[in-house]
Amino acid sequence: MLGLEGMGVALAYIFTILATLLCIVYGWINWNKGDEHETKEIKEELKWEKNDSKLAK
Amino acid sequence: MEISLLMIITVVIYLIATAIFGYIGYKQTTTSSDFLVAGRKQHPVIMALSYGATFISTSAIVGFGGAAATMGMGMLWLTFLNIFVGIFIAFVYFGKRTRKMGHSLDAHTFPELMGRRYESRFIQGASGLLIFLFMPLYAGAVMIGGAVFLQQVFGINYEVALLFFAAITAVYVVFGGMKGVMYTDAFQGAIMFIGMSLLLVFTYVKLGGVIMAHEKLTALAVLVPDAMKAGGHQGWTSMPKFASPMWMSLVTTLVMGVGLGVLAQPQLSVRFMTVKSNKELNRAVIIGGIFILMMTGVAFTAGALTNVYFVEKYKMISLDVTKATPAELKAIEEGIAPAKEEPKKSALAPVKPAVVTAAKQVPGEVAAVKPPAPKAKPDNIIPIYIAKAMPEWFTALFMITLLAAAMSTLSSQFHTMGTALSRDFYEKGLNITSKNTLLLNKVGTGIGIVFAIVVAWLLPKAIEGGSNIIAIGTSLFFGLCAAAFIPMYIGALYSKLVTKTAAIASFLIGSLTSLFWMTFFHTKESAALKICKFIFNKDTLATSPVMATLDPIVVALPVSFLVIIVVSFITKKTEEKHLEKCFEGIKGGN
Repeated sequence: MLGLEGMGVALAYIFTILATLLCIVYGWINWNKGDEHETKEIKEELKWEKNDSKLAK
Repeated sequence: MEISLLMIITVVIYLIATAIFGYIGYKQTTTSSDFLVAGRKQHPVIMALSYGATFISTSAIVGFGGAAATMGMGMLWLTFLNIFVGIFIAFVYFGKRTRKMGHSLDAHTFPELMGRRYESRFIQGASGLLIFLFMPLYAGAVMIGGAVFLQQVFGINYEVALLFFAAITAVYVVFGGMKGVMYTDAFQGAIMFIGMSLLLVFTYVKLGGVIMAHEKLTALAVLVPDAMKAGGHQGWTSMPKFASPMWMSLVTTLVMGVGLGVLAQPQLSVRFMTVKSNKELNRAVIIGGIFILMMTGVAFTAGALTNVYFVEKYKMISLDVTKATPAELKAIEEGIAPAKEEPKKSALAPVKPAVVTAAKQVPGEVAAVKPPAPKAKPDNIIPIYIAKAMPEWFTALFMITLLAAAMSTLSSQFHTMGTALSRDFYEKGLNITSKNTLLLNKVGTGIGIVFAIVVAWLLPKAIEGGSNIIAIGTSLFFGLCAAAFIPMYIGALYSKLVTKTAAIASFLIGSLTSLFWMTFFHTKESAALKICKFIFNKDTLATSPVMATLDPIVVALPVSFLVIIVVSFITKKTEEKHLEKCFEGIKGGN
């Protein structure tokens, strides 16, 4: 495959390119996510989760 | 090679630009926070390029590229891990939490983050000391990589090249701190990207295209020397034979040791604390991924393909070219002395596999037939290839690519070693408070630099033959960091159950196991360190070739993980109040 004799090497070649594509796609999708104001939202969410677990008891 | 005016101009422009970026960093550094974490407000492009340029040193290009020329394209598994683990996992799963926790705990260095997370002065001080003592091995390897290249290109001696690198880098690290380091890193990263992209294109074009080049390399399998075959080599486009000495070195030391060890590299982790929010890290993932592909991906591919070029031009595989004198190569080029007959494996002088060159006692190695044969030096393959195969203007560009690669990694190493000594070991570990912490950090960095230079100067003399020294130094430090820090780091970011005592135990046992295995079993290091020889009068205590080539990380990392889990269950839990502070704004964590 790809002029490479061993499957082990061909897979390394392909996986390397796929890993790069993963980075590109992830960064693209999350380009505008993760601003610092999210911290507040996470805090709120944690509070809700805590309350939920209390209610469940 | 002669020094041309073009080369001198290129280098001078590069150095002036580096000085300008260093100066900007210096002007913007007024507080300890600026010096240590660049004020925590860096742009994602600067952060990603700085991370990548720090990650990829001349070792990765020259040293590991030379290893790829020896062992083949199986080295691309390391590129895969570099991207998947070193960028994706590191940024997404480690980076975000490191940044947030570092901010919540007001940590400025990796050891400080660990120390504050586990409320342990010992962890911070001891981690700082470990970094200060062992990072010079890695820094030394980086300096050697650059120095070897300068030796090849300029024909100057090793000591001069070494001092040249260190002095220029030292100036902007000591004065510019993290900002100086990151700005110059970003500039250097951009140069590296251009240089390596062109190398890939030139190499494939020269050899007839992607598939054609690979096929030509595949066809060279018949030229694998007997000694390398005995070590497990099955051709440059095949993986070495499973569990053979070469497979063990390739998979356990190079691919796993370096590929996984990157997660707990203090000089890289600290970069997560230099950005404002997760948004910057999300964006940096794209740049980081592409950057690393163009660095190690190109170095390992082009490294292996050098064999095709050298066989076509000199009728010699890359390792043999490093044994020929410049005069011999020139004679072949000019057709004065006829090139060797179409090489047959039996006609080639026995070549020791690079992975076992330093480990003289590895079973399976075939002894050289003619004793005075010159030694092969895999570290010289890439420099010779560039000098012989590329146009002059590209040689000049590639020279500054390697200078940039060396300096960007070296600057961060100097910075991390310096802060490990001053902030972590001196201030926290020894509990000595200083009125001027900025000055203290600068002094610490200066001391770290001198120490690293001494090690780099002594290292080639200490390790016999100096062969593959770059790869050894790099993988040794990565392996040690992995065993000492990875379980503690994962525990810090993801688990509320890991206790302070467990973290200390894992750190101590992990690093000691790693050092013990290097000193007495892993022949590549134990033969070079000579401690085993001194005590037991043999290079290794390993009883089988597999044991002798089993990398310390494979032994020490599981031990370190086991210790942290077991000890966590039997020791006092961390106070809930402290954990709340650590995990403030972080989802999850059990």
